[in-house]
Amino acid sequence: MLDELFTISTLVGILHSCVRLATPYLFAALGETFGQRSGVLNLGVDGIMLMGAFFAFYAVFEGHNLWVGVLVAIAIGVLMGLLKAFVSVTMQSLQGISGIGLYLFGLGLSSLLFKTLIGSVEGVSGFRQLAIPLLSDIPGLGHILFNHNALVYLAYLMVPLSWFVINRTTLGLKIRAVGHNPEAADTLGVSVNGVRYATLMIGGALAAVAGASLSIGLQNVFQENMTNGLGFIAVALVYFGSWRTVGVLGGSLLFSLVNALQLWVQALDIPVPSEVAVMMPYIMTIVVLAFTARQIQKPAALARSYERGE
Amino acid sequence: MRNAAEMRMADSPQKARWRRVTEQRMNTRLYLAKLIDVLLPVLAMVIALVVGVLLLFLLGTDPIEAYSALIQGALGNISGITQTLTKATPLLLVGLGICIAFRGGVINIGGEGQIVVGALAATAFGVGFRDLPALVLLPLTLISGAAAGLIWGGIPGLLKARLGVNEILTTVMMNQIALRLMNFLLRGPMLDPEHVAAGTSIPQSAALPESIWLPRLVPRTLFHSGAILAVLLALAVYFLLWRTTIGYRIRAVGLNPHASRYAGIPVAKYVTLSLALSGMLCGLAGAVEVLGVHHRMLEGLSGGYGFSGIVAALFGKLHPLGAIPASALFGALLVGADKMQRAVQVPSALAIALQGLVVLFVVSSDLYVRRRTRRRVGDDGPAGPPAAEGNTRESIAEV
Repeated sequence: MLDELFTISTLVGILHSCVRLATPYLFAALGETFGQRSGVLNLGVDGIMLMGAFFAFYAVFEGHNLWVGVLVAIAIGVLMGLLKAFVSVTMQSLQGISGIGLYLFGLGLSSLLFKTLIGSVEGVSGFRQLAIPLLSDIPGLGHILFNHNALVYLAYLMVPLSWFVINRTTLGLKIRAVGHNPEAADTLGVSVNGVRYATLMIGGALAAVAGASLSIGLQNVFQENMTNGLGFIAVALVYFGSWRTVGVLGGSLLFSLVNALQLWVQALDIPVPSEVAVMMPYIMTIVVLAFTARQIQKPAALARSYERGE
Repeated sequence: MRNAAEMRMADSPQKARWRRVTEQRMNTRLYLAKLIDVLLPVLAMVIALVVGVLLLFLLGTDPIEAYSALIQGALGNISGITQTLTKATPLLLVGLGICIAFRGGVINIGGEGQIVVGALAATAFGVGFRDLPALVLLPLTLISGAAAGLIWGGIPGLLKARLGVNEILTTVMMNQIALRLMNFLLRGPMLDPEHVAAGTSIPQSAALPESIWLPRLVPRTLFHSGAILAVLLALAVYFLLWRTTIGYRIRAVGLNPHASRYAGIPVAKYVTLSLALSGMLCGLAGAVEVLGVHHRMLEGLSGGYGFSGIVAALFGKLHPLGAIPASALFGALLVGADKMQRAVQVPSALAIALQGLVVLFVVSSDLYVRRRTRRRVGDDGPAGPPAAEGNTRESIAEV
């Protein structure tokens, strides 16, 4: 039975699914990285994802272009990011708890809108597979890496892009300064609150696209609470990847690999208790965090509100 | 410090009058400030409801019709009221757990998972030792639920205290692990043998022996005596936090871990304890749900109580006694929303969105409370939740 899992074609299929399923993790966790590098912990990612997933789906459901759906999701994500920024930057509220508020708001509102505006579970035709010429013809590897829809490619493009923005641009320098030492950044004329608003809006936009990648890219339906806590995993992935984009990529692939394995084990009807297997990435994340919590240097001002002294 | 009356006697008449007037003014200010503290959550609720009206209006439904169906459903008759109180019971238990965690300076987002493992352990014990006499079995079943929650909350607590692992992340992970564990157990080892025999595949456990079902408080309703247990525990948590050394230390660590360490309090131990106790109460909530309402373990039993309990605790100003009316209110909101969905077809998800808004407004209004507290140095009354999260939580990790 088990050797069915280890044929070449199955392995290629699993790795293809793994690359594909990492998409929402990547978008959401990279977005969260921006916020955390500037010192704001946004625990409401899951709520933003659900809102993005719904609005992208609704736009497409109403007959608009898929990219219009993505843009609508981005707009909603920016708005949700603004809300989070207002509550936790301007009003200096407890960041963990305001994130829970944002999550519940997004969860409730997306379900409310879905039930009122659509009603039943419907499908749309989402982003299609876009095989990259020549590269996708490489045996095995071509299918694994170069036979995906546009959002998947975009997610992987975001990894070097985020790295570049955070590490090689003025904005990135400001983000890191604000996250590490807001007092010093403020003294040098960097607007601490301004930078944090910006990162939360970027994070919101990416989280919403993560949601859209589920509803119009991978699953092509919208269901209540369809993210199933994925947004919370994304927050943990940022810690897991020690606030580096490459680390986030590794963590995302780990989680998606387990998802892919579970999918294939079910599809092939292999009698492995898959519930036990899917616990593994969560347990591993805890173990990794336990071993690294003291070693990694996190943004020093993470989850700390900044208020100018008088 | 000298007694105020003594000081007054020593003063000249003029000075005494001045002192009296100032004292009165300060008392009035203090009283007003406390009143505002209590009213702020209510105000947050009102604003959330107003936003809800706008939402419903935009969606083309009649807000007044919806809200009256909600209130009517939750409080309009005996059935509604008992359902409200039945829902309030787990909310209160979870809310109490959240109060302890918050007061100890840690955030417990793992309520959902702790409820699930509590319910699983209680069911496993109750079904497994069904032949024990009820008088022994019932308390042991409750205890096994509480113990499972204690472990589920204690692990993140220990990891935070010893290794500095962020408890928000670990409790979130523990939620996912608990859900996976439930899916596995309810489809395998704990699946009801009768269901297997009948060939149905509903993932639920066997029923608990009827002798240990929590007695109903109102016949022919779901309202059970777990509510009394929850209220008694609210008093107990109040006593623990404000009348015992352990509680004093938990709160001291929550307010300032550095100072607590210099005062000789073993900070790590109390961080672990806050999260473990918090998990214990959530685990108990799961056990009470099983023993009082469902009488078996089934999927969806946690029903979002892990999050709604946070909302109720915040609404009750993180005070165990404040959590009692707060959980009744949110119980009513949840029950009313279900009834509203059936009566006027407005989705019950509205209640979740409203809860989210209440949280956002309550945490935002804290800014006002904190600013005032800072101005009013010297007042030693309870000043709302522990100071800025960053100051306390992050530094615990470093201690």
